[in-house]
Amino acid sequence: MNSQVLDVNSVDYLEYKGKHKGILAWILSTDHKRIGILYLVSLTTFFVVGVLLGFLMRFEMLSQGKTIVDAQTYNALFTLHGIIMIFLVIIPGIPAVFGNFFLPIQIGAKDVAFPRLNLLSWWLYLIGAIFALSSLFLSGGPIDTGWTFYIPYSSRYTSTNVILPLLGAFILGFSSILTGLNFVTTVHRLRAPGMTFFKMPLFVWAIYSTAWIQVVATPVVGITIILVMLERLFYVGIFDPTLGGDPILFQHLFWIYSHPAVYIMILPAMGVVSEIIPTFARRTIFGYKAIAFSSLSIAIIGYLVWGHHMFTSGMSDTSRWIFSFLTFIVAIPSGVKVFNWVATLYKGSIDLGTPLIYVLAFIFLFSIGGLTGLVLGSIATDIHVHDTYFVPGHFHYVMFGGTIFIFFAAIHYWFPKMFGKMYNEKWAKIAVGIMFVGFNMLYFPMFILGYMGMPRRYYDYLPEYAGLHILSTIGSWVLIAGLTIMIINLIKAVRGPKNAPMNPWGGLTLEWQVPSPPPLENFREIPEIKHGPYDYHYYEEEKVEYEHSK
Amino acid sequence: MSTASELQNTEHLTGGHAHIHRDDVGAKLGMWLFLFTEVLLFGGMFLLYMAYRLEYTFEFQISAKELDMALGTVNTLILLTSSLTMALSIAAIQRNKKTLSLIFIIATISLALAFLVNKYFEWSAKFHHGIYPGATELAEKSNGEIIFFGLYYAMTGLHGLHVLIGIVVLLFMLVFVARNKITADNYMKLENSGLYWHLVDLIWIFLFPLFYLLH
Repeated sequence: MNSQVLDVNSVDYLEYKGKHKGILAWILSTDHKRIGILYLVSLTTFFVVGVLLGFLMRFEMLSQGKTIVDAQTYNALFTLHGIIMIFLVIIPGIPAVFGNFFLPIQIGAKDVAFPRLNLLSWWLYLIGAIFALSSLFLSGGPIDTGWTFYIPYSSRYTSTNVILPLLGAFILGFSSILTGLNFVTTVHRLRAPGMTFFKMPLFVWAIYSTAWIQVVATPVVGITIILVMLERLFYVGIFDPTLGGDPILFQHLFWIYSHPAVYIMILPAMGVVSEIIPTFARRTIFGYKAIAFSSLSIAIIGYLVWGHHMFTSGMSDTSRWIFSFLTFIVAIPSGVKVFNWVATLYKGSIDLGTPLIYVLAFIFLFSIGGLTGLVLGSIATDIHVHDTYFVPGHFHYVMFGGTIFIFFAAIHYWFPKMFGKMYNEKWAKIAVGIMFVGFNMLYFPMFILGYMGMPRRYYDYLPEYAGLHILSTIGSWVLIAGLTIMIINLIKAVRGPKNAPMNPWGGLTLEWQVPSPPPLENFREIPEIKHGPYDYHYYEEEKVEYEHSK
Repeated sequence: MSTASELQNTEHLTGGHAHIHRDDVGAKLGMWLFLFTEVLLFGGMFLLYMAYRLEYTFEFQISAKELDMALGTVNTLILLTSSLTMALSIAAIQRNKKTLSLIFIIATISLALAFLVNKYFEWSAKFHHGIYPGATELAEKSNGEIIFFGLYYAMTGLHGLHVLIGIVVLLFMLVFVARNKITADNYMKLENSGLYWHLVDLIWIFLFPLFYLLH
C-alpha cells in the first residue's frame, strides 16, 4: 500500500500507468483530470462539427434563393447546429472540462466525491451524443424541428427522425444531472481544512451555483422530452391540441428548464473570468462576496424568468408583466459582476496575457449581448423583434461571445497546468484578434437585419437584406480563420516539449501550487488554507515567496 | 487493511487513496439530491395534471370512476407493506442479522413484483375495453377523458418503470448482503436503496388519490 501511495504522488496524471493500457487507460479512468481531458477532446470534436454546420448555413445565405442547400436541408442544418452547440458543447462545456479538472484541485481535494459516477456521466454524454447525431444517417432524414422541439410540429407533423435526438437529449440531461449532483456533494464534503465557503475561489462558487441549477432544472426538461416522445409514439394527447392538449404547456415546461440552462451556460464562464482577472491584474478581486452572491442570485432568479420566451405565445398580461420584470432583475447581479471585474482591473498591475485578452473581448461582447437581451426582455420591443435575426444575434453574443470565448480563455489560462506545456503567445494573440473582428462582422449585422424584419430560420431572403447577409457570411469566414489558427496553435503546443513552469501567470489559487501537470492525486499533502484565494497583499506583507516563474 | 472504525472515519482527506474513498455522509447527500431530481421529474407531470384537472374537471371525475378502486387500494397496501419490509431489512442488517435482512429484502422484491402483476391485470383490462392512447374507442370520448387516460398511462407507467428499477437495485442489494459487501458497519448502499424505495412508494401515495379517489 505504501509504495503505491508514493507512486501516485510522484507520477503526473498523464504518465501514470494504472490497471488499463492504451486508450482504455483513458476511457475507463476515474481520475477527474483524465475525465476532464476526455470531455475536452469529445467536446472540441462536436464543436468543430457544429461550426461546420454553421458555416454551411451562412454559406447558404450568401445569395438569394438556393445557394448550396434546399429549404429542408437548411431546416436540418439549423436544428443540428442548435442541438450540437447547446446540448453537446455549451451546457456541459466549462463545468465538464474545467470544473472536472480544477474544482477538486481548487478546493484542495484529491478527486470529486463520486469518481465512478463521474466516469458514468462521461459515458452517458457520449451515448447521448451518438443518439442525438444518429438521425443524420437514418432513413427519414435528420430532425428539422429546431432545437426547441416545439409541439405539435415535433409530435404530429414532421416525418423526420425525432425520437432518437429526443432520447439523446434525455440521456444528456441525465449526464448533466449526475455531474451537478457530484459537484454539489464534492463542494460540501471535500474542502481542505480551512477552506471555508468564503475562502473558495470564485470559479468554485460559479460551478457550485451551476451544479444546483443542473440538479434542479434538468429533470423538468427530462419529463417534458419523455412526454413528447410518448405523444409522437402513442398519441397520448397531453400536449396535442387535436386531442385537447395544450402546446403552450409544453412551452412552459420546456423553458422552465431551458431558461435556467442559459445560466448553466454562462455562470461557469463568469467564474473563469473572476479567476483570470485577479491573476493578470495582480490584485485582490474587488467585491469577492458580491460576486459570490451574485452567482447564487443569478441561479435563483434565473429559475423564474422562463416566461420571457413566450411573450407572443399566448399568456395573460399579468404573467407577461411579471416575467418581464423578473428578467430585468437578473440584469442586476450580472451588472454587479461586470462592474466588479472592471473595478478589479482599475489600478492593477496589468499583464496583457492571452487569457486576459479573451476576457476583455468577453466583457465587450457580453455587454452587447446582455443589453440586447434587455431589448428582448421588454415586452413592447420583444413583440417587434421576436423571431427575427435579432434573437440569434443576441444569443450568439451571449453564448458564443460569452461562454465560448471564455471557454477559449480557460483553455489558454489552464493549458500549461493541464498539459505541462506552453503555447505560442504571439499566435494565440493573433488568433483572438482575428476571431474578435470576424465575430462582430458575423453577428452584429444580425441585430440590424432583425430590426429591419428579417425572420430567423429562413433559407431565403428579400433583396434589401442582401448586403448585410453577405457581410455576415464573410464574417463567418474570418471567424473560422481565427478559430483554425487557435486550434492549430494549441495542437502544436500539445505536441511540443514539456516546458511549462508550475505557475506561469503568478496565480494564487491552489492549482498553481501543484506541479504542471499535476500528480495523480493532486497533492502530496492536503494543504491547509489560511488566507483568501486572491490575497496578493498577504504575500506582499508577509514577504512570503510564491513561485512565479515568468 | 484498515479497521472498521477507521473506515467509518470520514476524514479520509489525509488518507493515501482518494480515488475510491468512503464517505457515508457524502453518499447520503448525493442520494438526497438524486431523490430531489426524481421529485422534480414527477413534479412536471403533477403540474400538468393540475392544469388539466382545472380545465376538464367534469371529464376527470367521470374517467376516475372507470378505474378499479379495489385494485388500486390493494396496490397501495402492497407498496406500503413493502416500505415496511424495506425498513426492516435495514434495521436487521444494523443489528448484524444477515439472514433476517435477506428475508426482508426478498419480501420487498416479492411485494414489488405483486404490485407490477396487479398493474399488468389492471392495464390489460383497460386495453381490453379499448381504453388506451390511440384506440378508436377512446378517440370517440371527449378530450378531457383522452387526456385523463393519457396522464394515467404516462404517470403510472413511469411509476411502474421506477418500481422495475427498484427491483433491479434490490436484487443487487440482495447479492451484496449475501456476499458480505453490506454489513452491520457498512450499510449505506442498502440505506440509500431504501430511500429510493420509499420515494417510489411516496409517489404512488400521491398518484392513488389523484386518479382513483377524486370523483
